[in-house]
Amino acid sequence: MAFIPHTSEDIARMLEVIGVQSIDDLFDEIPEDLRAGPLNVPPALKEMEISRLMSDRAALDGRPLNFIGAGAYEHHIPAPVWAITTRGEFYSAYTPYQAEASQGTLQLIYEYQSMMCALTGMEVSNASVYDGASALAEACLMAIRANRAAHSRRVLVPRSVNPIYAQVAQTIAGNQDVGFDFIDFDASGRVPVEALQRASGDHTALVIQQPNFFGNLEDVDVLTDWAHANKMLVIAVVNPTSLGLLKPPGEWGTPGHGPLGADIVCGEGQPLGVPLSCGGPYFGFMATRMQYVRQMPGRIVGRTVDADGRPGFSLTLQAREQHIRRSKATSNICTNQGLMVTAATIYLSLLGAEGLEAVAESSLQRTAELLAALERIAGVTRAFSTPHFHEAVLILDRPVAPVLAALARRGILGGLDISAYVPQLGPALLVCATETKLPADIEAYASALGDIMSASRAAA
Amino acid sequence: MSNIPTDLHYTKSHEWVRHIEAGGVEIGITDHAQQALGDLVFVEVPSQGRALKAGEACAVVESVKAASDVYSPLAGTVSAGNPLLTDKPELLNEDPYGEGWLFRLETSADTAALMNAAAYESFLAEAK
Repeated sequence: MAFIPHTSEDIARMLEVIGVQSIDDLFDEIPEDLRAGPLNVPPALKEMEISRLMSDRAALDGRPLNFIGAGAYEHHIPAPVWAITTRGEFYSAYTPYQAEASQGTLQLIYEYQSMMCALTGMEVSNASVYDGASALAEACLMAIRANRAAHSRRVLVPRSVNPIYAQVAQTIAGNQDVGFDFIDFDASGRVPVEALQRASGDHTALVIQQPNFFGNLEDVDVLTDWAHANKMLVIAVVNPTSLGLLKPPGEWGTPGHGPLGADIVCGEGQPLGVPLSCGGPYFGFMATRMQYVRQMPGRIVGRTVDADGRPGFSLTLQAREQHIRRSKATSNICTNQGLMVTAATIYLSLLGAEGLEAVAESSLQRTAELLAALERIAGVTRAFSTPHFHEAVLILDRPVAPVLAALARRGILGGLDISAYVPQLGPALLVCATETKLPADIEAYASALGDIMSASRAAA
Repeated sequence: MSNIPTDLHYTKSHEWVRHIEAGGVEIGITDHAQQALGDLVFVEVPSQGRALKAGEACAVVESVKAASDVYSPLAGTVSAGNPLLTDKPELLNEDPYGEGWLFRLETSADTAALMNAAAYESFLAEAK
Protein backbone atom coordinates (compact mmCIF):
# COMPACT_ATOMS: atom_id res chain seq x y z
CA MET A 1 0.00 0.00 0.00
CA ALA A 2 1.30 3.48 -0.85
CA PHE A 3 2.65 5.58 2.00
CA ILE A 4 2.01 9.28 1.51
CA PRO A 5 4.27 11.22 3.87
CA HIS A 6 2.73 14.71 3.59
CA THR A 7 0.69 16.00 6.51
CA SER A 8 -2.20 18.36 5.83
CA GLU A 9 0.05 21.17 7.18
CA ASP A 10 2.73 20.22 4.62
CA ILE A 11 0.16 20.34 1.85
CA ALA A 12 -1.29 23.66 2.99
CA ARG A 13 2.20 25.19 3.11
CA MET A 14 3.06 23.92 -0.39
CA LEU A 15 -0.20 25.26 -1.81
CA GLU A 16 0.49 28.63 -0.19
CA VAL A 17 3.96 28.84 -1.70
CA ILE A 18 2.69 28.23 -5.25
CA GLY A 19 -0.34 30.44 -4.61
CA VAL A 20 -3.32 28.14 -5.12
CA GLN A 21 -6.23 27.41 -2.79
CA SER A 22 -6.57 23.63 -3.12
CA ILE A 23 -5.10 20.62 -4.86
CA ASP A 24 -8.17 20.54 -7.11
CA ASP A 25 -7.18 23.98 -8.46
CA LEU A 26 -4.11 22.33 -10.01
CA PHE A 27 -6.43 20.36 -12.28
CA ASP A 28 -8.60 23.26 -13.44
CA GLU A 29 -7.31 22.90 -17.01
CA ILE A 30 -9.15 19.58 -17.27
CA PRO A 31 -12.82 20.10 -18.19
CA GLU A 32 -15.24 19.09 -15.43
CA ASP A 33 -16.96 16.41 -17.51
CA LEU A 34 -13.67 14.60 -18.16
CA ARG A 35 -12.86 14.17 -14.47
CA ALA A 36 -13.45 10.90 -12.68
CA GLY A 37 -15.54 12.35 -9.88
CA PRO A 38 -15.54 10.98 -6.34
CA LEU A 39 -14.61 7.34 -5.83
CA ASN A 40 -17.12 4.97 -4.35
CA VAL A 41 -15.10 4.35 -1.18
CA PRO A 42 -15.49 5.71 2.34
CA PRO A 43 -13.31 8.80 3.02
CA ALA A 44 -11.01 7.02 5.49
CA LEU A 45 -10.59 3.40 6.53
CA LYS A 46 -8.03 1.49 8.51
CA GLU A 47 -5.56 -0.54 6.45
CA MET A 48 -7.21 -3.82 7.47
CA GLU A 49 -10.68 -2.49 6.58
CA ILE A 50 -9.71 -1.15 3.17
CA SER A 51 -7.90 -4.40 2.30
CA ARG A 52 -11.05 -6.33 3.17
CA LEU A 53 -13.28 -3.95 1.22
CA MET A 54 -11.13 -4.17 -1.88
CA SER A 55 -10.75 -7.95 -1.83
CA ASP A 56 -14.53 -8.31 -1.36
CA ARG A 57 -15.10 -6.09 -4.37
CA ALA A 58 -12.45 -7.88 -6.45
CA ALA A 59 -14.24 -11.16 -5.71
CA LEU A 60 -17.37 -9.73 -7.37
CA ASP A 61 -15.52 -9.90 -10.70
CA GLY A 62 -15.52 -13.67 -10.38
CA ARG A 63 -13.29 -15.80 -12.59
CA PRO A 64 -15.04 -15.44 -15.93
CA LEU A 65 -14.17 -17.54 -18.96
CA ASN A 66 -12.82 -14.95 -21.38
CA PHE A 67 -13.33 -14.96 -25.15
CA ILE A 68 -12.57 -11.26 -25.69
CA GLY A 69 -9.53 -10.27 -27.74
CA ALA A 70 -9.67 -7.11 -29.86
CA GLY A 71 -6.11 -6.03 -29.11
CA ALA A 72 -5.35 -7.57 -25.70
CA TYR A 73 -5.04 -11.33 -25.44
CA GLU A 74 -5.14 -13.88 -22.65
CA HIS A 75 -2.17 -16.21 -23.01
CA HIS A 76 -0.58 -18.62 -20.59
CA ILE A 77 2.36 -16.94 -18.87
CA PRO A 78 4.92 -19.49 -17.66
CA ALA A 79 5.60 -19.07 -13.93
CA PRO A 80 9.30 -18.17 -14.32
CA VAL A 81 8.42 -15.05 -16.35
CA TRP A 82 7.18 -12.98 -13.43
CA ALA A 83 9.33 -14.80 -10.85
CA ILE A 84 12.39 -13.50 -12.75
CA THR A 85 10.87 -10.15 -13.74
CA THR A 86 10.13 -9.23 -10.12
CA ARG A 87 13.64 -10.03 -8.87
CA GLY A 88 15.22 -6.98 -7.26
CA GLU A 89 17.77 -6.68 -10.06
CA PHE A 90 15.00 -6.04 -12.63
CA TYR A 91 12.21 -4.61 -10.54
CA SER A 92 12.59 -1.01 -11.53
CA ALA A 93 9.85 0.15 -13.83
CA TYR A 94 11.77 2.74 -15.77
CA THR A 95 14.51 3.01 -18.36
CA PRO A 96 17.14 4.38 -15.98
CA TYR A 97 18.24 7.97 -16.42
CA GLN A 98 21.79 7.06 -15.36
CA ALA A 99 21.43 4.36 -17.92
CA GLU A 100 25.02 3.16 -18.22
CA ALA A 101 25.19 2.48 -14.47
CA SER A 102 22.60 -0.27 -15.06
CA GLN A 103 24.41 -2.54 -17.50
CA GLY A 104 22.07 -5.46 -16.74
CA THR A 105 18.97 -3.45 -17.64
CA LEU A 106 20.63 -2.17 -20.80
CA GLN A 107 21.67 -5.67 -21.82
CA LEU A 108 18.11 -6.89 -21.29
CA ILE A 109 16.73 -4.09 -23.49
CA TYR A 110 19.38 -4.86 -26.10
CA GLU A 111 18.28 -8.50 -26.13
CA TYR A 112 14.64 -7.34 -26.38
CA GLN A 113 15.50 -5.16 -29.39
CA SER A 114 17.32 -8.08 -31.04
CA MET A 115 14.33 -10.38 -30.51
CA MET A 116 11.87 -7.84 -31.89
CA CYS A 117 14.07 -7.39 -34.97
CA ALA A 118 14.16 -11.16 -35.49
CA LEU A 119 10.38 -11.39 -35.02
CA THR A 120 9.47 -8.51 -37.34
CA GLY A 121 12.23 -8.90 -39.92
CA MET A 122 13.38 -5.32 -39.30
CA GLU A 123 16.89 -3.95 -38.78
CA VAL A 124 16.42 -1.86 -35.65
CA SER A 125 13.96 -1.73 -32.76
CA ASN A 126 13.52 0.85 -30.03
CA ALA A 127 13.30 0.02 -26.33
CA SER A 128 9.44 0.13 -26.59
CA VAL A 129 6.81 2.85 -26.26
CA TYR A 130 3.61 3.35 -24.26
CA ASP A 131 1.21 0.89 -25.90
CA GLY A 132 0.11 -0.49 -29.27
CA ALA A 133 -2.29 2.31 -30.14
CA SER A 134 0.14 5.13 -29.35
CA ALA A 135 2.84 3.16 -31.22
CA LEU A 136 0.67 3.52 -34.34
CA ALA A 137 0.34 7.27 -33.72
CA GLU A 138 4.12 7.50 -33.35
CA ALA A 139 4.59 5.44 -36.52
CA CYS A 140 2.39 7.86 -38.49
CA LEU A 141 4.38 10.86 -37.25
CA MET A 142 7.61 9.00 -37.98
CA ALA A 143 6.50 8.14 -41.52
CA ILE A 144 5.90 11.80 -42.25
CA ARG A 145 9.39 12.71 -41.04
CA ALA A 146 10.96 9.80 -42.92
CA ASN A 147 9.14 10.04 -46.26
CA ARG A 148 10.17 13.54 -47.22
CA ALA A 149 9.85 12.77 -50.92
CA ALA A 150 6.08 12.40 -50.51
CA HIS A 151 5.44 16.08 -49.58
CA SER A 152 2.26 14.90 -47.88
CA ARG A 153 1.05 14.85 -44.30
CA ARG A 154 -1.80 12.41 -44.95
CA VAL A 155 -1.95 8.73 -44.03
CA LEU A 156 -4.22 6.04 -45.53
CA VAL A 157 -5.96 3.87 -42.94
CA PRO A 158 -8.21 0.93 -43.88
CA ARG A 159 -11.34 0.58 -41.75
CA SER A 160 -10.18 -2.97 -41.05
CA VAL A 161 -7.56 -1.45 -38.72
CA ASN A 162 -8.51 -1.55 -35.02
CA PRO A 163 -10.86 1.48 -34.72
CA ILE A 164 -9.52 2.29 -31.25
CA TYR A 165 -5.98 2.49 -32.65
CA ALA A 166 -7.24 4.75 -35.44
CA GLN A 167 -8.91 6.98 -32.84
CA VAL A 168 -5.75 7.25 -30.74
CA ALA A 169 -3.66 7.99 -33.84
CA GLN A 170 -6.09 10.75 -34.80
CA THR A 171 -6.05 12.22 -31.30
CA ILE A 172 -2.26 12.31 -31.07
CA ALA A 173 -1.13 12.89 -34.65
CA GLY A 174 -4.23 14.82 -35.72
CA ASN A 175 -3.16 17.57 -33.34
CA GLN A 176 0.20 17.68 -35.09
CA ASP A 177 -1.24 18.53 -38.47
CA VAL A 178 -1.47 14.95 -39.75
CA GLY A 179 -4.53 13.98 -41.81
CA PHE A 180 -6.12 10.54 -42.07
CA ASP A 181 -8.15 9.11 -44.94
CA PHE A 182 -10.16 6.00 -44.16
CA ILE A 183 -10.72 3.25 -46.71
CA ASP A 184 -13.64 0.80 -46.49
CA PHE A 185 -13.14 -2.94 -46.28
CA ASP A 186 -14.90 -5.28 -48.69
CA ALA A 187 -17.27 -8.24 -48.25
CA SER A 188 -14.30 -10.46 -47.34
CA GLY A 189 -13.44 -8.23 -44.35
CA ARG A 190 -10.19 -7.04 -45.89
CA VAL A 191 -9.11 -3.90 -47.68
CA PRO A 192 -8.86 -4.48 -51.45
CA VAL A 193 -6.17 -2.68 -53.41
CA GLU A 194 -8.88 -1.28 -55.74
CA ALA A 195 -10.35 0.69 -52.82
CA LEU A 196 -6.92 2.19 -52.12
CA GLN A 197 -6.57 3.17 -55.76
CA ARG A 198 -9.79 5.17 -55.50
CA ALA A 199 -8.44 7.28 -52.61
CA SER A 200 -7.74 10.75 -53.88
CA GLY A 201 -4.75 12.95 -53.10
CA ASP A 202 -1.19 12.22 -52.05
CA HIS A 203 -0.36 10.10 -49.06
CA THR A 204 2.86 9.54 -47.19
CA ALA A 205 2.05 6.11 -45.76
CA LEU A 206 -0.38 3.20 -45.75
CA VAL A 207 -1.28 1.42 -42.50
CA ILE A 208 -1.71 -2.36 -42.80
CA GLN A 209 -2.87 -4.35 -39.79
CA GLN A 210 -2.14 -8.09 -39.92
CA PRO A 211 -4.21 -9.89 -38.72
CA ASN A 212 -6.70 -7.05 -38.99
CA PHE A 213 -9.28 -5.94 -36.40
CA PHE A 214 -11.66 -8.69 -37.55
CA GLY A 215 -8.96 -11.35 -37.21
CA ASN A 216 -8.74 -11.66 -41.01
CA LEU A 217 -5.48 -11.98 -42.92
CA GLU A 218 -4.98 -9.08 -45.32
CA ASP A 219 -3.30 -9.57 -48.68
CA VAL A 220 -0.18 -7.89 -47.31
CA ASP A 221 2.05 -8.59 -50.33
CA VAL A 222 -0.27 -6.86 -52.79
CA LEU A 223 -0.92 -3.94 -50.44
CA THR A 224 2.80 -3.46 -49.77
CA ASP A 225 3.69 -3.53 -53.48
CA TRP A 226 0.94 -1.01 -54.20
CA ALA A 227 2.04 1.39 -51.45
CA HIS A 228 5.68 1.27 -52.53
CA ALA A 229 4.76 1.74 -56.18
CA ASN A 230 2.94 4.90 -55.08
CA LYS A 231 5.92 6.17 -53.06
CA MET A 232 4.26 5.54 -49.72
CA LEU A 233 5.84 3.96 -46.70
CA VAL A 234 4.16 0.88 -45.24
CA ILE A 235 3.31 0.96 -41.54
CA ALA A 236 2.64 -2.58 -40.33
CA VAL A 237 0.56 -3.14 -37.20
CA VAL A 238 1.10 -6.72 -36.12
CA ASN A 239 0.26 -9.11 -33.31
CA PRO A 240 3.61 -10.48 -32.09
CA THR A 241 2.16 -13.93 -31.31
CA SER A 242 0.91 -14.26 -34.89
CA LEU A 243 4.49 -13.83 -36.13
CA GLY A 244 5.15 -17.34 -34.83
CA LEU A 245 3.22 -18.46 -37.92
CA LEU A 246 2.92 -15.55 -40.34
CA LYS A 247 5.51 -14.01 -42.63
CA PRO A 248 7.42 -11.21 -40.83
CA PRO A 249 6.51 -7.71 -42.08
CA GLY A 250 10.12 -7.27 -43.23
CA GLU A 251 9.32 -9.78 -45.99
CA TRP A 252 5.95 -8.41 -47.12
CA GLY A 253 5.67 -7.71 -50.84
CA THR A 254 6.71 -9.49 -54.01
CA PRO A 255 10.44 -9.92 -54.60
CA GLY A 256 11.45 -7.89 -57.63
CA HIS A 257 8.69 -5.28 -57.12
CA GLY A 258 10.82 -2.52 -55.61
CA PRO A 259 11.74 -2.40 -51.94
CA LEU A 260 10.63 -5.45 -50.02
CA GLY A 261 8.89 -5.33 -46.67
CA ALA A 262 7.13 -2.88 -44.39
CA ASP A 263 9.06 0.26 -43.50
CA ILE A 264 7.85 0.70 -39.93
CA VAL A 265 6.47 -2.13 -37.80
CA CYS A 266 4.56 -1.49 -34.60
CA GLY A 267 2.05 -3.19 -32.33
CA GLU A 268 0.93 -4.11 -28.86
CA GLY A 269 3.44 -6.13 -26.85
CA GLN A 270 0.99 -7.33 -24.19
CA PRO A 271 0.51 -10.85 -25.63
CA LEU A 272 4.18 -11.52 -24.78
CA GLY A 273 3.93 -12.33 -21.10
CA VAL A 274 1.96 -9.35 -19.80
CA PRO A 275 -1.29 -10.21 -17.98
CA LEU A 276 -4.63 -8.72 -19.01
CA SER A 277 -5.36 -5.66 -16.94
CA CYS A 278 -7.86 -2.86 -17.33
CA GLY A 279 -5.83 0.19 -18.33
CA GLY A 280 -2.52 -1.65 -18.52
CA PRO A 281 0.38 -1.28 -18.03
CA TYR A 282 1.08 -2.70 -21.48
CA PHE A 283 3.80 -1.72 -23.96
CA GLY A 284 4.07 -0.89 -27.62
CA PHE A 285 6.87 -2.05 -29.89
CA MET A 286 8.38 -0.25 -32.87
CA ALA A 287 10.96 -1.39 -35.39
CA THR A 288 12.19 -0.05 -38.70
CA ARG A 289 14.98 -0.13 -41.27
CA MET A 290 18.37 1.43 -40.50
CA GLN A 291 17.77 4.18 -43.06
CA TYR A 292 14.94 5.58 -40.89
CA VAL A 293 16.53 5.05 -37.46
CA ARG A 294 16.99 8.76 -36.78
CA GLN A 295 13.27 9.34 -37.26
CA MET A 296 12.29 6.63 -34.78
CA PRO A 297 11.11 7.86 -31.36
CA GLY A 298 12.17 6.43 -28.02
CA ARG A 299 15.32 5.04 -26.50
CA ILE A 300 17.67 2.72 -28.34
CA VAL A 301 20.32 0.63 -26.60
CA GLY A 302 23.51 -0.16 -28.49
CA ARG A 303 26.41 -2.51 -27.84
CA THR A 304 29.84 -0.96 -27.67
CA VAL A 305 33.27 -1.30 -26.05
CA ASP A 306 34.68 0.81 -23.22
CA ALA A 307 38.08 2.57 -23.16
CA ASP A 308 39.78 -0.73 -22.30
CA GLY A 309 38.06 -2.61 -25.11
CA ARG A 310 35.63 -4.47 -22.86
CA PRO A 311 32.10 -5.02 -24.23
CA GLY A 312 29.28 -2.99 -22.73
CA PHE A 313 25.93 -1.37 -23.50
CA SER A 314 24.93 2.27 -23.79
CA LEU A 315 22.03 4.38 -24.92
CA THR A 316 22.65 5.54 -28.46
CA LEU A 317 21.31 8.13 -30.91
CA GLN A 318 20.16 10.22 -27.96
CA ALA A 319 20.47 13.44 -29.96
CA ARG A 320 16.94 12.66 -31.26
CA GLU A 321 15.49 12.58 -27.78
CA GLN A 322 13.69 15.13 -25.67
CA HIS A 323 16.38 15.72 -23.05
CA ILE A 324 18.53 17.09 -25.90
CA ARG A 325 16.14 18.24 -28.63
CA ARG A 326 13.35 19.41 -26.32
CA SER A 327 10.16 20.15 -28.26
CA LYS A 328 11.83 19.07 -31.52
CA ALA A 329 12.52 15.56 -30.24
CA THR A 330 11.19 12.65 -32.30
CA SER A 331 8.65 12.15 -29.51
CA ASN A 332 7.64 13.74 -26.23
CA ILE A 333 5.12 11.07 -25.27
CA CYS A 334 6.91 7.76 -25.63
CA THR A 335 7.66 7.07 -21.98
CA ASN A 336 6.39 3.72 -20.68
CA GLN A 337 6.66 0.95 -18.15
CA GLY A 338 9.92 -0.80 -18.98
CA LEU A 339 9.15 -3.66 -16.63
CA MET A 340 6.66 -5.01 -19.18
CA VAL A 341 9.55 -5.24 -21.66
CA THR A 342 11.50 -7.21 -19.07
CA ALA A 343 8.62 -9.69 -18.85
CA ALA A 344 8.31 -9.91 -22.64
CA THR A 345 12.02 -10.55 -23.08
CA ILE A 346 11.98 -13.33 -20.52
CA TYR A 347 8.75 -14.74 -22.03
CA LEU A 348 10.28 -14.83 -25.52
CA SER A 349 13.56 -16.29 -24.31
CA LEU A 350 11.76 -19.07 -22.43
CA LEU A 351 9.44 -19.93 -25.32
CA GLY A 352 11.94 -19.56 -28.13
CA ALA A 353 10.88 -19.58 -31.76
CA GLU A 354 9.33 -23.04 -31.48
CA GLY A 355 7.38 -22.16 -28.35
CA LEU A 356 5.94 -19.03 -29.92
CA GLU A 357 4.97 -21.01 -33.01
CA ALA A 358 3.25 -23.59 -30.78
CA VAL A 359 1.27 -20.84 -28.98
CA ALA A 360 0.21 -19.34 -32.31
CA GLU A 361 -0.72 -22.69 -33.79
CA SER A 362 -2.68 -23.77 -30.74
CA SER A 363 -4.54 -20.41 -30.65
CA LEU A 364 -5.44 -20.78 -34.31
CA GLN A 365 -6.67 -24.32 -33.68
CA ARG A 366 -8.81 -23.32 -30.68
CA THR A 367 -10.36 -20.48 -32.64
CA ALA A 368 -11.26 -22.86 -35.47
CA GLU A 369 -12.91 -25.18 -32.93
CA LEU A 370 -14.75 -22.28 -31.31
CA LEU A 371 -16.08 -21.03 -34.63
CA ALA A 372 -17.19 -24.51 -35.68
CA ALA A 373 -19.08 -24.93 -32.38
CA LEU A 374 -20.72 -21.50 -32.44
CA GLU A 375 -21.69 -21.61 -36.11
CA ARG A 376 -23.88 -24.64 -35.41
CA ILE A 377 -26.17 -22.44 -33.30
CA ALA A 378 -29.27 -21.08 -35.05
CA GLY A 379 -29.03 -17.30 -35.44
CA VAL A 380 -25.21 -17.25 -35.46
CA THR A 381 -23.25 -16.89 -38.71
CA ARG A 382 -19.70 -15.94 -39.66
CA ALA A 383 -19.38 -12.39 -41.04
CA PHE A 384 -16.52 -13.35 -43.35
CA SER A 385 -15.24 -16.61 -44.77
CA THR A 386 -11.71 -15.25 -44.98
CA PRO A 387 -8.59 -16.94 -43.56
CA HIS A 388 -8.12 -15.68 -40.01
CA PHE A 389 -5.76 -15.96 -37.05
CA HIS A 390 -7.19 -16.31 -33.54
CA GLU A 391 -10.21 -14.00 -33.88
CA ALA A 392 -13.30 -13.79 -36.06
CA VAL A 393 -16.54 -11.83 -36.38
CA LEU A 394 -19.91 -13.48 -35.80
CA ILE A 395 -23.20 -11.93 -36.87
CA LEU A 396 -26.18 -12.57 -34.57
CA ASP A 397 -29.81 -12.42 -35.58
CA ARG A 398 -30.49 -9.96 -32.73
CA PRO A 399 -28.71 -7.19 -30.80
CA VAL A 400 -25.42 -8.36 -29.29
CA ALA A 401 -25.42 -6.55 -25.94
CA PRO A 402 -28.27 -8.49 -24.24
CA VAL A 403 -26.74 -11.78 -25.39
CA LEU A 404 -23.35 -10.82 -23.89
CA ALA A 405 -25.09 -9.77 -20.66
CA ALA A 406 -26.81 -13.16 -20.45
CA LEU A 407 -23.47 -14.93 -21.07
CA ALA A 408 -21.80 -12.79 -18.39
CA ARG A 409 -24.42 -13.94 -15.88
CA ARG A 410 -23.19 -17.46 -16.62
CA GLY A 411 -19.58 -16.44 -16.05
CA ILE A 412 -18.63 -16.15 -19.72
CA LEU A 413 -17.19 -13.06 -21.41
CA GLY A 414 -18.45 -13.92 -24.87
CA GLY A 415 -16.44 -11.45 -26.96
CA LEU A 416 -16.56 -7.78 -27.90
CA ASP A 417 -19.72 -6.19 -29.28
CA ILE A 418 -18.32 -4.26 -32.25
CA SER A 419 -21.63 -3.06 -33.67
CA ALA A 420 -20.97 0.48 -32.44
CA TYR A 421 -17.43 0.53 -33.94
CA VAL A 422 -18.43 -0.99 -37.27
CA PRO A 423 -22.16 -0.22 -37.69
CA GLN A 424 -22.23 -1.40 -41.31
CA LEU A 425 -21.85 -5.00 -40.10
CA GLY A 426 -25.05 -4.97 -38.02
CA PRO A 427 -25.11 -6.98 -34.77
CA ALA A 428 -21.46 -8.09 -34.86
CA LEU A 429 -19.55 -9.96 -32.17
CA LEU A 430 -15.75 -10.29 -32.25
CA VAL A 431 -14.65 -13.54 -30.58
CA CYS A 432 -11.18 -14.86 -29.76
CA ALA A 433 -9.78 -18.11 -28.45
CA THR A 434 -6.15 -18.57 -27.46
CA GLU A 435 -4.27 -21.66 -26.27
CA THR A 436 -5.77 -21.01 -22.81
CA LYS A 437 -9.21 -22.21 -23.94
CA LEU A 438 -9.61 -25.96 -23.49
CA PRO A 439 -12.15 -28.01 -25.46
CA ALA A 440 -14.37 -28.05 -22.34
CA ASP A 441 -14.31 -24.23 -22.22
CA ILE A 442 -15.37 -24.05 -25.84
CA GLU A 443 -18.18 -26.54 -25.19
CA ALA A 444 -19.30 -24.48 -22.17
CA TYR A 445 -19.45 -21.33 -24.30
CA ALA A 446 -21.30 -23.04 -27.17
CA SER A 447 -23.84 -24.65 -24.88
CA ALA A 448 -24.49 -21.39 -22.98
CA LEU A 449 -24.88 -19.41 -26.19
CA GLY A 450 -27.14 -22.11 -27.65
CA ASP A 451 -29.38 -21.94 -24.57
CA ILE A 452 -29.56 -18.16 -24.62
CA MET A 453 -30.32 -17.95 -28.33
CA SER A 454 -33.07 -20.58 -28.22
CA ALA A 455 -34.58 -19.35 -24.92
CA SER A 456 -35.00 -15.80 -26.15
CA ARG A 457 -36.33 -17.12 -29.46
CA ALA A 458 -38.94 -19.14 -27.55
CA ALA A 459 -39.78 -16.04 -25.49
CA ALA A 460 -40.16 -13.96 -28.64
CA MET B 1 40.60 30.95 -33.96
CA SER B 2 38.02 30.18 -36.56
CA ASN B 3 38.24 30.79 -40.26
CA ILE B 4 35.92 33.53 -41.62
CA PRO B 5 36.23 33.96 -45.43
CA THR B 6 35.75 37.57 -46.52
CA ASP B 7 33.66 36.82 -49.63
CA LEU B 8 30.67 35.39 -47.68
CA HIS B 9 27.72 36.73 -45.68
CA TYR B 10 26.84 35.50 -42.19
CA THR B 11 23.94 35.14 -39.74
CA LYS B 12 23.80 35.29 -35.95
CA SER B 13 22.81 31.61 -35.97
CA HIS B 14 26.16 30.83 -37.68
CA GLU B 15 25.11 30.11 -41.26
CA TRP B 16 27.06 31.45 -44.22
CA VAL B 17 25.73 32.53 -47.64
CA ARG B 18 27.66 32.56 -50.93
CA HIS B 19 26.47 34.02 -54.25
CA ILE B 20 27.02 31.32 -56.86
CA GLU B 21 25.05 32.75 -59.77
CA ALA B 22 22.37 35.33 -60.49
CA GLY B 23 19.48 34.54 -58.15
CA GLY B 24 21.31 31.60 -56.62
CA VAL B 25 23.09 31.18 -53.29
CA GLU B 26 24.86 28.37 -51.48
CA ILE B 27 24.37 27.99 -47.74
CA GLY B 28 26.34 26.20 -45.02
CA ILE B 29 27.38 26.54 -41.40
CA THR B 30 30.50 28.37 -40.29
CA ASP B 31 33.80 26.99 -39.11
CA HIS B 32 32.95 28.34 -35.65
CA ALA B 33 29.65 26.39 -35.69
CA GLN B 34 31.24 23.10 -36.75
CA GLN B 35 33.91 23.46 -34.05
CA ALA B 36 31.26 24.10 -31.40
CA LEU B 37 29.20 21.09 -32.49
CA GLY B 38 32.10 18.64 -32.61
CA ASP B 39 32.26 15.56 -34.82
CA LEU B 40 29.10 15.41 -36.92
CA VAL B 41 27.53 11.99 -37.43
CA PHE B 42 24.41 12.86 -39.39
CA VAL B 43 23.20 15.70 -41.56
CA GLU B 44 19.68 16.15 -42.90
CA VAL B 45 19.34 18.63 -45.75
CA PRO B 46 16.11 20.08 -47.20
CA SER B 47 14.70 18.41 -50.31
CA GLN B 48 14.73 20.05 -53.70
CA GLY B 49 11.74 22.25 -54.45
CA ARG B 50 10.96 23.09 -50.84
CA ALA B 51 9.94 26.72 -50.33
CA LEU B 52 11.65 28.32 -47.34
CA LYS B 53 10.94 31.44 -45.35
CA ALA B 54 13.83 33.48 -43.96
CA GLY B 55 14.66 32.11 -40.52
CA GLU B 56 12.85 28.80 -41.12
CA ALA B 57 14.44 25.68 -39.63
CA CYS B 58 15.28 23.57 -42.67
CA ALA B 59 18.25 21.30 -41.94
CA VAL B 60 19.53 19.30 -38.99
CA VAL B 61 23.15 18.75 -38.05
CA GLU B 62 23.71 16.04 -35.47
CA SER B 63 26.83 15.33 -33.47
CA VAL B 64 27.18 12.54 -30.93
CA LYS B 65 26.01 14.94 -28.23
CA ALA B 66 23.38 17.14 -29.83
CA ALA B 67 21.21 17.73 -32.84
CA SER B 68 20.82 21.35 -33.95
CA ASP B 69 18.63 23.08 -36.47
CA VAL B 70 20.01 25.13 -39.32
CA TYR B 71 17.92 28.15 -40.31
CA SER B 72 17.59 29.47 -43.82
CA PRO B 73 19.21 32.93 -43.91
CA LEU B 74 17.00 33.99 -46.84
CA ALA B 75 13.60 33.20 -48.31
CA GLY B 76 13.67 31.11 -51.48
CA THR B 77 13.23 27.70 -53.05
CA VAL B 78 15.69 24.88 -52.49
CA SER B 79 17.43 23.99 -55.77
CA ALA B 80 19.69 21.31 -54.27
CA GLY B 81 20.69 19.67 -51.01
CA ASN B 82 24.30 18.48 -50.75
CA PRO B 83 24.01 14.77 -51.61
CA LEU B 84 27.51 13.95 -50.28
CA LEU B 85 26.57 14.67 -46.67
CA THR B 86 24.31 11.62 -46.31
CA ASP B 87 27.27 9.28 -46.40
CA LYS B 88 30.03 11.69 -45.37
CA PRO B 89 28.74 14.08 -42.68
CA GLU B 90 32.37 14.64 -41.66
CA LEU B 91 32.80 16.83 -44.77
CA LEU B 92 31.06 19.50 -42.73
CA ASN B 93 33.84 19.36 -40.13
CA GLU B 94 36.64 19.08 -42.66
CA ASP B 95 35.57 21.71 -45.20
CA PRO B 96 32.65 23.79 -43.88
CA TYR B 97 32.93 26.46 -46.59
CA GLY B 98 33.59 24.08 -49.49
CA GLU B 99 32.53 20.44 -49.84
CA GLY B 100 30.52 20.71 -46.65
CA TRP B 101 27.91 23.13 -48.07
CA LEU B 102 24.35 22.23 -46.99
CA PHE B 103 21.92 23.44 -49.65
CA ARG B 104 21.45 25.83 -52.56
CA LEU B 105 18.61 28.28 -52.79
CA GLU B 106 16.98 30.12 -55.67
CA THR B 107 16.20 33.51 -54.19
CA SER B 108 15.45 37.09 -55.09
CA ALA B 109 16.14 38.22 -51.51
CA ASP B 110 19.29 40.28 -51.08
CA THR B 111 22.01 39.68 -48.56
CA ALA B 112 22.28 43.28 -47.34
CA ALA B 113 20.63 42.46 -44.02
CA LEU B 114 23.26 39.79 -43.28
CA MET B 115 26.65 40.36 -41.66
CA ASN B 116 29.87 40.65 -43.61
CA ALA B 117 33.02 38.87 -42.41
CA ALA B 118 34.19 41.73 -40.22
CA ALA B 119 30.78 42.09 -38.57
CA TYR B 120 30.58 38.33 -37.95
CA GLU B 121 34.06 38.33 -36.46
CA SER B 122 33.19 41.08 -33.98
CA PHE B 123 29.85 39.29 -33.27
CA LEU B 124 31.83 36.18 -32.33
CA ALA B 125 34.26 38.25 -30.23
CA GLU B 126 31.36 39.87 -28.32
CA ALA B 127 29.70 36.52 -27.72
CA LYS B 128 32.78 35.16 -25.93
